[in-house]
Amino acid sequence: MQSSLFKKYLMALTGIVLVGFVFVHMAGNLQVLLGQEAINAYAHALQNLPAPILWGSRLFLLVCVLIHAITAYQLIKENRAARPRSNEVEVTKRAGWSSLRMGLTGSLMLAFIVFHLLHFTIRTIFPEYNDLKTTVGSPDGSEIHDVYNMILAGFRVDAIAIFYVICMFLLCRHLAHGVSSMFQTLGLRSESWRSRLDLFASAYGWIIFFGFSIIPVLVMAQKYGLVTCLESSCGSSCSANL
Amino acid sequence: MGWSLALSHLVDLLALRTFKSIHLMNLDSKIPEGPLPDKWENHRFSSKLVNPANKRKFNIIVVGSGLAGGSAAATLGELGYNVDCFCYQDTPRRAHSIAAQGGINGAKNYQNDGDSVHRLFYDTIKGGDFRSREANVHRLAQNSVNIIDQCVAQGVPFAREYGGLLANRSFGGAQVSRTFYARGQTGQQLLLGAYSALSRQIASGQVKMHVRQEMLDLIVIDGHAKGIITRNLATGELKVWTADAVLLCTGGYGNVYYLSTNAIGCNVTATFRAYRRGAGFANPCFTQIHPTCIPVSGDHQSKLTLMSESLRNDGRVWVPKNAEDCGKAPSEIPEDARDYYLERKYPSFGNLAPRDISSRSAKEACDEGRGVGPGGRGVYLDFGDSINRLGENTIRERYGNLFEMYERITGENAYQRPMRIYPAIHYTMGGLWVDYNLMSSIPGCFVLGEANFSDHGANRLGASALMQGLSDGYFVIPYTIGNYLTTISPGGIDPEGEAARETLESVKQRVSQMVSAKGKRSSRSYHKELGQIMWEYAGMARNEPGLKKAIGQIQDLRDDFNKNLLVTGHGEELNMELERSGRVRDFLDFGELLCRDALDRNESCGGHFREEFQTEDGEATRNDDDFAHAAVWEFKGDGETPARHEEDLKFEEVKLAVRSYK
Amino acid sequence: MKLFLKVWKQDGPENEGRFESHVLDGVSEDSSFLEMLDQLNEQLLNEGKEPIAFDHDCREGICGTCSLNINGFAHGPENSTTTCQLHMRKFEDGDTITIEPFRAKAFPVVKDLVVNRSAFDKIIQAGGFITVRTGSAPDGNALPVPKKDADLAMDAAQCIGCGACVASCKNASAMLFTSAKAGHLNMLPQGQAEKDSRVLNMVAAMDEAGFGNCRNYGECSAACPKDISLDYIAKLNRDYAKAKVKKVFS
Repeated sequence: MQSSLFKKYLMALTGIVLVGFVFVHMAGNLQVLLGQEAINAYAHALQNLPAPILWGSRLFLLVCVLIHAITAYQLIKENRAARPRSNEVEVTKRAGWSSLRMGLTGSLMLAFIVFHLLHFTIRTIFPEYNDLKTTVGSPDGSEIHDVYNMILAGFRVDAIAIFYVICMFLLCRHLAHGVSSMFQTLGLRSESWRSRLDLFASAYGWIIFFGFSIIPVLVMAQKYGLVTCLESSCGSSCSANL
Repeated sequence: MGWSLALSHLVDLLALRTFKSIHLMNLDSKIPEGPLPDKWENHRFSSKLVNPANKRKFNIIVVGSGLAGGSAAATLGELGYNVDCFCYQDTPRRAHSIAAQGGINGAKNYQNDGDSVHRLFYDTIKGGDFRSREANVHRLAQNSVNIIDQCVAQGVPFAREYGGLLANRSFGGAQVSRTFYARGQTGQQLLLGAYSALSRQIASGQVKMHVRQEMLDLIVIDGHAKGIITRNLATGELKVWTADAVLLCTGGYGNVYYLSTNAIGCNVTATFRAYRRGAGFANPCFTQIHPTCIPVSGDHQSKLTLMSESLRNDGRVWVPKNAEDCGKAPSEIPEDARDYYLERKYPSFGNLAPRDISSRSAKEACDEGRGVGPGGRGVYLDFGDSINRLGENTIRERYGNLFEMYERITGENAYQRPMRIYPAIHYTMGGLWVDYNLMSSIPGCFVLGEANFSDHGANRLGASALMQGLSDGYFVIPYTIGNYLTTISPGGIDPEGEAARETLESVKQRVSQMVSAKGKRSSRSYHKELGQIMWEYAGMARNEPGLKKAIGQIQDLRDDFNKNLLVTGHGEELNMELERSGRVRDFLDFGELLCRDALDRNESCGGHFREEFQTEDGEATRNDDDFAHAAVWEFKGDGETPARHEEDLKFEEVKLAVRSYK
Repeated sequence: MKLFLKVWKQDGPENEGRFESHVLDGVSEDSSFLEMLDQLNEQLLNEGKEPIAFDHDCREGICGTCSLNINGFAHGPENSTTTCQLHMRKFEDGDTITIEPFRAKAFPVVKDLVVNRSAFDKIIQAGGFITVRTGSAPDGNALPVPKKDADLAMDAAQCIGCGACVASCKNASAMLFTSAKAGHLNMLPQGQAEKDSRVLNMVAAMDEAGFGNCRNYGECSAACPKDISLDYIAKLNRDYAKAKVKKVFS
């Protein structure tokens, strides 16, 4: 179980899960563009899944992230030990920036995940997000959490919006290598398919990047009066200071 | 009455000769009784077997890990002997057998084109210009069949037909397709096969591999080979290794010419040291010059690169008819101004004429001032016609890697303009004398592969070197070594004993002498100069005054070497200068021996062409009356003239004929 | 040509290494990289200095002995070329060339530019063979091998074991070597009987030797003088997974 190839399978298999997750997450987020009702209803439905499913999924994702990160850490440690001294001149013929910086982009992604959870899921950074309540999108007219306005409020802080966009760019680069590499590690890639898979991985990365980034970008654009597409039927809780 | 008298004279003469040889040096070839096709079978039956339980009591040293050494070590290990295998490279997989490109012959007759064991035997004897032993060559042809099977089973990826069966091609000098090949890297693939078998034995502990170790002397106790002295090339440590038998599988001596197709590390030291300890050295003047090498480009050159002979299957060799055209681009020389000299002189073999013949023809053309390229030492090998006929893709498929190699070295694209080729030293048929059991004249010292003299006579056919190395290692020595081992009792050799200690001391002294040499000239410069002398006077064409001159020059050069050599560093470390100095030191002595042998062989045969012995139209003239023998040299001491002995070659099966490829 | 050379010097495995600078004039464009080093060594010798140790043997690109990182590239910047086949016409007059040994923990430096690559032998000893006793082979044509399979096996078998894959890998991974060796035998019908144990044992030996992990950069294949394809790594990954699963469930 300690073999290098076993660790690589772990990376690839957990990678598949996370690659799939980010896509679903992105598709969910994009409902912001459909308006307050859509996103709030979607978020409410997710949060009210039966506990075993909700917490099972959360735990599963968490475990995948942890395995992915811990294995990566082990691999990197072994790799450094395998080449204790680097060349005076370090060059590459084929490997690009994203392939060579998986450790960096990965670590930043891990930091981002922690921040993101604290920011929007657990909401310890801005506890006032918990007070955002609305009936828009509620299935039965009762007050539910106003996710839509939380997102708007969240990205109205410039530094946070920029941080999110940068992190999504790093994710894009991470995926550009990771998605194609995943096929290789699982023995499902051939040289004749490599360029196609590389293209697919790159395209996938960019889709994820644009899909996620478009929201903070639009929020910022609206803040500076460039667009006015994000309408908000601001409930009682919607206060300007957020 | 007159006839019987003559016959009895002849018998007397033969007896006397045999007696003389046996008396002075044990040159009993031990050729088995019986008709030629049965000799090997009879010999295997009459060979003594070593009891399986006793095999592990015998220690065997194998020096060299090429096709002969690797296959011998693996097979002997498999049989249960304790084997110590040594190589100077950093891993056994790098021995120079790896560089053989074209293929390996096997008398399988898969092509149904009339091949047979007997035909391969005959072609090899004839190709060797009737200077090899019938019995050995026949055994080689018989074993060729098993070699192919063995290698296929090991996973050697030979070329295949679309139906999945093995593909063949015809190869220099053969009119049947019997050559098996793995692209242009047959030697590599066969060596990797032997290496994988060897690795299996190393893993099992039956063979102990010692890499970066160079054999510097042979330990002889009471006339028997009992071990070797090695220098660890990484640490400089000199060490005594004892064993019940020593197998020298150390390749040829082509590097005595400095520029050759051999690897830089190939050297004569192991066999030459055995010669100095009493092993006869046979036919050192039989050297093979390969016609298709990339020409020399300048003084910096450290080696010559061979282009597989298979290129001659589709390439046409030519030079301009007029010397004035030599400077022109080949495309500017019209068809009728080109001289396809091989096709002209040898209509039935054409561009596939044997190596010695096509090499010499190239030299003649260049001597006439019709050579092309830098220094006028080159001829064209033109693929234009084949590309027109078969298409560039077919040619690329057949020889792509060779064309790439050619372009890397010369910077020229051979699909667009003809290659330039010139002959270079490639293989040495001479080597330590061995009997039918592959044992040298020192009991217990066996010699396999290119290092021995036995199978190729005066000239080797293409695709036969790999065959011989593997035949000796896989299929001969495992049987024949028993004939010796059963005559001795295993072990009991004291590595601290007098003989071992003395041998070690002499090696130590030699090494320390060289390390302390603080003269002015590098060993490389001596090697280069020796090579120039050898190529000039003992190369493709030789003559008496030239050889005598060469001997004098080599002696002077050796004196200078002893006085003026410069070696830096010390002996207890990796020291490339020291390594080379030791090898060059032996080459200097050996070069003289080679010239002496060439001088005394007053005939032209195979790779040995003496200008005094040729027909009017420049063909070699063999002298079967006086020279149908192997010349075996016995070391008589430093500064002494070595003694020349003869082993007569008896031809019972083939009729000696003029080798004609017209 | 005049060249400025920055060459790694290291007295032994335990010593610290350092760079030394040399100027070499009068280099022929037609000489090979190793012949250029020969020339440098002759120059050093004439100056009474110790020459630079480097590995080399056949000098025709097949034995795999030569190594060297040249300007950061294993075997130099040219593709599909070993150091011995790299010719000086690929450099410019006045160039500065940095020459280092192949760097990996599994390839300790012996001296200067010479490294010990016996870890590769250990990988082969673990399973890079087909168990067949001498003399026990069936007729060569008894087992047809489809041409395509034979060609693919040959593509992998071309590996010269030089270690450029390890040297060019930022993680010093030996996956390309191991996969080529295992792939060659696993591709052929003769190699099927030991296929599973072969991959398991060879990978274990590879890990044991201290090589790094493959991160699918593809640098190995780009540096490989024989252009061994990454397909063999994918195949090894596949074969290993199958073998492991079979082992767990048997």
